[in-house]
Amino acid sequence: MSTVNLSEITKQFGNVTAVKGLDLVIKEGEFFTFLGPSGCGKTTTLRMIAGFYFPTKGKVKFNERDMTSVSPEKRNTGMVFQNYALFPHMTVFENVAFGLKVRKINKTEVKRRVEDVLKKVRLEQFIDRQVSQLSGGQQQRVALARALVIEPDILLLDEPLSNLDARLRDEMRTEILRLQREYGITTIYVTHDQVEALTMSDRIAVFNLGECQQVGTPTEIYNKPVNDFVAEFIGETNLLPVEREKQEGEIFTFSSKDLEQTVHVAHTELNIADYNDTDDLYMSIRPEAVEISETPIQAENVFSGTVTLVQFTGESVHTFVKINESVTIKTTALNRGPSTYFKEGTQVYAYLPENHIRVIPEAKGDK
Amino acid sequence: MLNAEKRKTILLLIPVVLILVGYVLYPSIATIVESFKQKGVFSMENYNDFFGEKSAANFEALWNSVYISLLSVFFSALIGIPLAYIFNRYDFPGRQFFSNIAIMPIVLPSLVGVMAFMFLYGEAGLVPNAIKDLFNLSEVPFSIGGISGILLVHAYTMYPYFYMTTSSALNNIDPSLEEAAYNLGSSKFKVFWKVTFPLLTPGLVAASLLVFMVSMASFSAPFLLAGGFRVLSLQIYFSKINGDLEMAATQSVILSVVSISFLLFMRWYQSRKDYRMASKGIGAHRSEVNNPVLKGVMVTLGIVAMIVLLLPHATLLILSLVPEGAWTWQTYPTAFSLENFRLLFEDPNIWDPVRNSLIMTCLACIGVFIFGIITSYALVKRSFIGKNLLDILVMIPWALPATVVGMNLILAFNKPSPFSFGQILVGTFWILPLAYFVRFIPLVVRSTTAVLEQMDDSLEEAAQNLGAKWFYTFRRVVIPIIMPGVLSGTLLAFVQAVGEFPTSVLLYTLSNRPISIEIMNQLRMFNMGQAAAYGMIQVGLIAIVMFIAYRFFGVKSENTL
Ligand SMILES: Nc1ncnc2c1ncn2[C@@H]1O[C@H](COP(=O)(O)OP(=O)(O)O)[C@@H](O)[C@H]1O
Ligand SMILES: [Mg+2]
Repeated sequence: MSTVNLSEITKQFGNVTAVKGLDLVIKEGEFFTFLGPSGCGKTTTLRMIAGFYFPTKGKVKFNERDMTSVSPEKRNTGMVFQNYALFPHMTVFENVAFGLKVRKINKTEVKRRVEDVLKKVRLEQFIDRQVSQLSGGQQQRVALARALVIEPDILLLDEPLSNLDARLRDEMRTEILRLQREYGITTIYVTHDQVEALTMSDRIAVFNLGECQQVGTPTEIYNKPVNDFVAEFIGETNLLPVEREKQEGEIFTFSSKDLEQTVHVAHTELNIADYNDTDDLYMSIRPEAVEISETPIQAENVFSGTVTLVQFTGESVHTFVKINESVTIKTTALNRGPSTYFKEGTQVYAYLPENHIRVIPEAKGDK
Repeated sequence: MLNAEKRKTILLLIPVVLILVGYVLYPSIATIVESFKQKGVFSMENYNDFFGEKSAANFEALWNSVYISLLSVFFSALIGIPLAYIFNRYDFPGRQFFSNIAIMPIVLPSLVGVMAFMFLYGEAGLVPNAIKDLFNLSEVPFSIGGISGILLVHAYTMYPYFYMTTSSALNNIDPSLEEAAYNLGSSKFKVFWKVTFPLLTPGLVAASLLVFMVSMASFSAPFLLAGGFRVLSLQIYFSKINGDLEMAATQSVILSVVSISFLLFMRWYQSRKDYRMASKGIGAHRSEVNNPVLKGVMVTLGIVAMIVLLLPHATLLILSLVPEGAWTWQTYPTAFSLENFRLLFEDPNIWDPVRNSLIMTCLACIGVFIFGIITSYALVKRSFIGKNLLDILVMIPWALPATVVGMNLILAFNKPSPFSFGQILVGTFWILPLAYFVRFIPLVVRSTTAVLEQMDDSLEEAAQNLGAKWFYTFRRVVIPIIMPGVLSGTLLAFVQAVGEFPTSVLLYTLSNRPISIEIMNQLRMFNMGQAAAYGMIQVGLIAIVMFIAYRFFGVKSENTL
């Protein structure tokens, strides 16, 4: 078990900068997720931790040991590849035993440990199968077992579930989490799927364009995004450019060109993110925070509009309210029966509660 | 700091580059240099001679080579394409069996095949003489020789290229395409010309160019059958025998230029986007032949084709049982016994060539096996500057006619060179295994590369991640996975090396003469039986190795051919 300490990591491929000045500390035993759109440098970062790439600049440390230029086979990390990378010419047993044999562990011990870990991933009856005869989910488990059996200091998973179908993905999510808790291994998990990230992680690092935008627990990331990229990438949100107007006690007012009206926002850390005077600002409000009704609401931040689209997803209902030509607000409510659905074309009032709006700066970097 | 990966790449590349430069590039350059020398002085005179008035023979030989090759393409296609169409599109009794027989010509080494044709259809051949006796003719009704002989042998040995490409193309065509055309109201004839044929074209063009190159390089057929007829590959041999190495070099350069231009044309053609289908493994859809008359015709046709195809093999077997002196001036062999095979074990003179062939073939195979693995690995899995160049170097021996490869080695190693550790290799044992090695490098590299390209990089990374060092990974992960490819390439190298004639005839010495050379000697002494027995031994060796490869390593011979 180890902490992982990345300081000022930069990786360039020719003139492409895949990762820029990344600073991260991953704590011992933590389930840490790299989340971001494809091409943002997650895999590159993971591979620098595994040792397959050496950073152009910066340092990789495990605990206090500098690992920056140590070769992969000497790092004692366990990696699960996106395509599993199982050795096709070996059985399940031989695959799992590979890392132990390399470590020159004696035969009986190898057998015991392989049987042990296969029991943990519930594959003990497949021990002598050829890996090509296993289903996708089973192959995934073999890959996990193979990585876990060497008792790695760090477990690295690169989009391990992206090749599985939806139902299996749910199952494996719980499975991976169970194993991680059981072994208590420091785990780094790469994904572009926000649901995976939010449900599994202790902490998440959100990447974009090679830079880490925000590090935090799932609730922090969702409730207190630091910029418009994070707000938009994690979950759904309504995002509008605003400008600062004035402060009135505990309330700030912002003006919005698109809404042609001022917006009031509570002056708390939850509602107003850090920003500089030169930053462009946005207001963000999650669809589930918007309230709508057919009768006027007596409050600030109430806008009248027309229902343009009602989407029924089963557990919830999305209602799109068009305020004017340039603004349509998305709202979401739990499904409470047909009588509560709005009809398209209805005139309604949308209320954006001032303690649910978050004002955030535009993400730095090229956009 | 030179990082570890780079160091490994360089370590891998050093032997590969040394070998390719020493035994492929340097000999080719030696030939080019030689072609510009006359009596040791630089001049263009050789080329003037080649195209000039003075030796019309050379120019004629070039022209003959080209037009024989064109005709060979035509006849091979004429046999191969319809046969493939019939066997893959119609179902009738014995179809599977006949289609297996159809590729039999490939297991006959070229010299042995030509020899069998001579026994069968030559001036003193069994078939013309049998017809003569049967119909009481005063003279044989026909016999092969010269251009007709060469063309017949070429058609027989080369039609499988067309047969196999057409078969595989036909099997890869999605049946729904043709069905769609029928559905839109096309007639059977129209569907063939408008849908099926265009889809076959890319494969057919590739086969045509291949047959063209193989015929340009063909040596055994003209060697035994040409009579006074000149072709370029044979002219090289004559120049060398007459001691005119400079002219031999010039002729080699010109033959290579023609061959390589066709190869480049083929590469260019294949690199164009073609419309091969992504959907695979649909399997053939065959029409059942119901009409009893048609069924009978097809089965008869199949049987006749089978007889014609297997007649050379059968003749060889029968003649190998004819003891010395029992078939010289007589029309038919007069006695049969196992004498020839018995002598093999008793007379060291007879056994020696077999032993030589085995030793030299095995040496070459071990060489290409190891070299193939390392080179393919470097080419596919490592990145370095000059990769394309290396790729070209590897493929040169494939593009060059065998006679040219032989000449290159003569001109490079008839004097001491650093690559032969200061020795003169020509006239020693080692020059022949070296020639086989060089000739068959591309076979192993190509089949290994094909498998390596399918192997995902993450497998090596996974092994490394689990703590394995590079060499352990290479040994326990990479090699086992690519083994089928390496083995099928090596198997093909073995099959070809056992029967290799053109380089053998240029480079052999009395003490390392291989079977092919001994066949030539026995033919010269009109000892047909012993020659045929040697031919059977080559076929037998090939069959045994193919069987072992299939049985113990699961390498299918069809995949390699
Ligand atoms: N080996 C490589 N050579 C060149 N460019 C690379 C290489 N690996 C990744 N990149 C580039 O670096 C960027 C980040 O890639 P990656 O880390 O794979 O993204 P992610 O895993 O987040 O999808 C991409 O623009 C990609 O094209
Ligand atoms: Mg990735």
